[in-house]
Amino acid sequence: MAGRPAGRSNRDIGYIQQQRRLDARTPLRARDVVRQGLDGHRWGIARPGRVPWGRVRAALAAVDATNHADVPVGLLSGGEQQRVRVAQAIVADPALLLCDEPLLSLDVSSQQTIAGLVDRRRREHGTAVLFVTHEINPILPYVDRILYLVDGRFRLGTPAEVLTSETLSELYRSPVEVIRRDGLVLVAGLPAPADAHGTRWHDDGLRAEPLVS
Amino acid sequence: MTTLILGSGGAGGVWHALFDFADYGQLLALVRNSIAAGAILGIVGGLVSSLVMMRDLPFAVHGISELSFAGASVALLVGINVVAGSLVGSVLAAVLIGALGARARSRNSVIGVVMPFGLGVGVLALSLYQGRAANKFGLLTGQIVAVDTPQLAWLAGTAVVVVLGLLVIWRPLLFASTDPELAAARGVPVALLSPVFMLLLGLTVAISVQVIGALLVLSVVCTPAAAALRVTASPRAVPLLSMAFGFVSVVGGILLALGSSVPISPYVTTIAFLIYLLCGGIGRWRAARSGRPSSCSRQRRATTRCAAPPPAQATARLSRRAPSRQR
Repeated sequence: MAGRPAGRSNRDIGYIQQQRRLDARTPLRARDVVRQGLDGHRWGIARPGRVPWGRVRAALAAVDATNHADVPVGLLSGGEQQRVRVAQAIVADPALLLCDEPLLSLDVSSQQTIAGLVDRRRREHGTAVLFVTHEINPILPYVDRILYLVDGRFRLGTPAEVLTSETLSELYRSPVEVIRRDGLVLVAGLPAPADAHGTRWHDDGLRAEPLVS
Repeated sequence: MTTLILGSGGAGGVWHALFDFADYGQLLALVRNSIAAGAILGIVGGLVSSLVMMRDLPFAVHGISELSFAGASVALLVGINVVAGSLVGSVLAAVLIGALGARARSRNSVIGVVMPFGLGVGVLALSLYQGRAANKFGLLTGQIVAVDTPQLAWLAGTAVVVVLGLLVIWRPLLFASTDPELAAARGVPVALLSPVFMLLLGLTVAISVQVIGALLVLSVVCTPAAAALRVTASPRAVPLLSMAFGFVSVVGGILLALGSSVPISPYVTTIAFLIYLLCGGIGRWRAARSGRPSSCSRQRRATTRCAAPPPAQATARLSRRAPSRQR
């Protein structure tokens, strides 16, 4: 991964995780959270005046969050916090950005914003992006390839190749309808014949691991 | 200069017991060691408390202090160094709590089980102890004249270890406290930092028990940072303010307690609490002026809206993910 064998940690990889609310009393401002992505792993304390605030400001600007820089991060909304996390993930200039369900529990417009910001990063800096999500539509416009996983089976291909009723029905081993309208995709499980084989969670039909690169 | 008398009769008598500044100069010379100990404790406690608040450990602090009390009582009974006893007790407790409970819920139940046991051992040792009653009481509620020079040296040495240790692990510990997964992905040894911090916390509690007593350790190792968090979110200002608050509460408490016949702890805890109230007021006032919700009201909303769902969500997500792991 990014030129090194896979392991537990790699500083050339940026990582955005599932939205998890930070406590309102967290003694960090948005810019401190972003800064952690740069030097949070270093021992000791930072000497005053040696903190690379310039890079932190640039990362916040890249996600249009300059206004939030001095706000205690616990007071930001979920979408705003996630925006700060994108800045934290890109501040160290990673070669690869791993996004693990970063859209979960965000409202529709925040989902679009976050997806758009990740895409902007990819286009402007050539960062590879691996995006794991159940929410297909917010990222569909930016996806190059999808790796669609169902119960250990998978399909790899462009969205047009993978997101079809035939392919997904085959993957799920039960009837699945893919409905397209105005560029949106709805994957819906049809009432399956009584089949002890499939577990219920397949029916949500939203499991997708699009690979953007 | 003699007593400050307000009111008369019975009230005057109580006042006299609380504040009597006759012969203050001579008293001050006698308790120089205690004031030095108080200053050290206030500063170290303030520094540690900011991390205690960030890592949500106030209950652990209380549990550690009860076991520290047990260690000190047993030491008193068998006639060995009380400081050493309280150190052993609190370090054992800190390591145990750190090792057994990585998650808040299981940690709290471990503490809830271990704490009364420790307190019971302490009470047993004290009731068997035949020496001065003041020694017994002092371990629970603090003592002022008890700090002799070797004890002060112990205390100062421990404090230096704690402060140096914290300075070394400060940044990664802060990172691991806000975002453990991410910190691990960036190469922070998260699994190592937690026990190291618990050890330093245990040392801090042990020296606090010497001065303020086992029951009131939280006023030094929790309240200062809680107050600081009400007025600032800067990661640099919180520990600095917190150290200042700790210093003012402990040293101020000792200075006031000098002119009285009661233990120092009520003075320390009252000053700490007043600082907290003041900071809370300032925080509210500033929030009302800026229009942003105060962290207090926001927290209430956040807990009603978010505190319950995440566990369910997390398990649901885990069970969903399970199949893809088979790849």
